[in-house]
Amino acid sequence: MQSRNELKKRAESAIKKSAAYGEDFDLDTLGIASTEIATSENLQDLDTETKKKLLNVGVVPSGEGRVGSFLMLDNAISHKSLYDSSLELMSTHEAMEKYYWLKDYSWKLVAVDTDKYTATSYLENANGYFIRAPAGQKAKLPVQTCLLLGSRNVSQTVHNIIIVEEGAELDVITGCATKNGIEKAMHLGISEMYVKKGATLNFTMIHNWAEQVGVRPRTVVHLEEGATFISNYISLKPVRSIQSYPTVKLEGRGAVTRLSTIAVAHPGSELDLGSRAVFNAPDTRAELISRTITTGGKIIARGEMIGNAINAKGHLECRGLVLSNEGMQRAIPILEANVEDIELTHEAAVGKIARDQVEYLMARGLSEDEAVGMIVRGFLDFGMRGIPEELKDDIDKTISQIGMKAM
Amino acid sequence: MLEINNLSVEVGGKRILTNINLRVEMGYTHVLFGPNGAGKSALLMTIMGFSGYNAVEGEIIFKGEDITHMPVNERAKLGIGVMTQRPPNMTGIKLGEFVKLVSKKNINPEELAKPLDMIRFLDRDINVGFSGGEIKRSELLQLAAQKPDLYLLDEPESGVDLVSIEQIGSTIKKLLFGDATCAGERRKKGKSALIITHTGQILDYVEADKGYVLSNGMMLCTGNPRELLNQIKSKGYKGCIRCNREMS
Ligand SMILES: Nc1ncnc2c1ncn2[C@@H]1O[C@H](COP(=O)(O)OP(=O)(O)OP(=O)(O)O)[C@@H](O)[C@H]1O
Ligand SMILES: [Mg+2]
Repeated sequence: MQSRNELKKRAESAIKKSAAYGEDFDLDTLGIASTEIATSENLQDLDTETKKKLLNVGVVPSGEGRVGSFLMLDNAISHKSLYDSSLELMSTHEAMEKYYWLKDYSWKLVAVDTDKYTATSYLENANGYFIRAPAGQKAKLPVQTCLLLGSRNVSQTVHNIIIVEEGAELDVITGCATKNGIEKAMHLGISEMYVKKGATLNFTMIHNWAEQVGVRPRTVVHLEEGATFISNYISLKPVRSIQSYPTVKLEGRGAVTRLSTIAVAHPGSELDLGSRAVFNAPDTRAELISRTITTGGKIIARGEMIGNAINAKGHLECRGLVLSNEGMQRAIPILEANVEDIELTHEAAVGKIARDQVEYLMARGLSEDEAVGMIVRGFLDFGMRGIPEELKDDIDKTISQIGMKAM
Repeated sequence: MLEINNLSVEVGGKRILTNINLRVEMGYTHVLFGPNGAGKSALLMTIMGFSGYNAVEGEIIFKGEDITHMPVNERAKLGIGVMTQRPPNMTGIKLGEFVKLVSKKNINPEELAKPLDMIRFLDRDINVGFSGGEIKRSELLQLAAQKPDLYLLDEPESGVDLVSIEQIGSTIKKLLFGDATCAGERRKKGKSALIITHTGQILDYVEADKGYVLSNGMMLCTGNPRELLNQIKSKGYKGCIRCNREMS
């Protein structure tokens, strides 16, 4: 049992600890985002600009097509609504007060002393969303949550916990965005997700940050026997730096996970995106897929699979397109087998768009831009399931802009 | 329609076509014979404008315009369409979606695909995992959507089974002749074609007006396509080469 004091001590000892990867930000130059912000009863009452920001990250202000909505603006819980009483949605602080047992989940998957970002989040008593689907409950529509940065020169500290109890099914959409005019800020996001026996969690995360924002998510997912975790991660807009390495621990027999990533690094962006599956139980499966594009920024696509139990099967696929001479793509796949009877494979490819493909389309009358756009769209479209409809327009628009810039 | 004058082409710094002269008039179909490696495909690729095929001498005129150095898509817009021998895999691009786009959304891809038995391929990524014959049919489907005035067809019948050859042959015939009912009308309204063939099977479906024999990057002779074919069948390309030498 980790006492509060002990956690605090560990966090304090890690407050200057650099992360294993990514640009090392000095958090002391930034303040901590405010927890004192007026709440909005209705997301529709937000200004037009903000509503558009929400929509572009899959968060529908009207709440239509969703069973619940949650908005965190800076460090304040600014909106919460729930239409399905069988689910629970509240702030992590509220949940910690309400449920004594939650201390057995909080800061159990993510270690407080992982690095300065987790340490700061702990010491600042980060708040966030708590979502729980009780045993056997199958939510018909997704819960949507939005983490919005509204002030400059601050760190937003977030701590989310999701628990999907036995046999339950839950869809969560989390959209992260920045209000206009935020030149410099940090987002530190701790997420701990528990998917219990036979349960399913579909998790879609969309990032739309801004040119000078640093982003350090720290996510760990725990899967019990027969549990399923499907994750889609999308980041197509400019950002200064994102470094994340979500880890899925397959702890129960037959657990399954699939993590898909699509990301674009614009000039000036550094994306260090990984995903990791740890097979700690027999008959577990994982598929880690990433499709990344650089139009001038740096991308490191990491993927790691660690096989510790028999009959585990995993496939890792990293594909990267380089659309500019300034850009950089690096794929780093790691496979580790610690037992016999295990099957881990990987496929990695980085490179330019093939000239013969572009000309093949041009030979039927498409312009060079149209041809590149079509190839890029085809590259990114590999059948992610559960992408919110509302997003597709914006994704299409972004992709055609990428196609134009590529030449 | 198409006029090639003294064309020489290099690929990777190596000369593969020398001093080619060729002319395809409106509404005429010409066929191109020649041994493997003669440069037939290279000639079509150069006419379409694919990169890597550098015209170092001579000119290509299409509809009166010098297209020798024109980008591929502008040639397509002017009315040239090609079926290449080895098209690339187009992962992520669905055949049906592309056919629709090429037709400027005027066409129902299913209707077009039906006579070619390609309906079940509309949802597949173009060329990915297609068999040899399926590639030919997919290329023809795209051409049917594109509706060029000059068809450049690289061995449309090679690797195609007997049933498909019927579909391919009659589709090409329909594309070239449209609903022209007589030879005169075809000259006025019909499409032109330059077709590469080894077996001449395509001649059973499309009447060709003129044949060329290309060997070692040079045009050996021209003549009646059936006569040339029979000659090649009986005496081989060596016969052509010898005959050409005796003539000059
Ligand atoms: N990229 C290249 N680099 C080097 N040589 C090439 C290249 N492309 C074509 N060639 C050569 O040019 C010559 C002509 O090739 P081409 O494909 O035009 O032949 P072809 O007449 O179409 O033959 P086939 O009947 O076998 O299709 C061949 O010797 C070929 O190897
Ligand atoms: Mg050839």
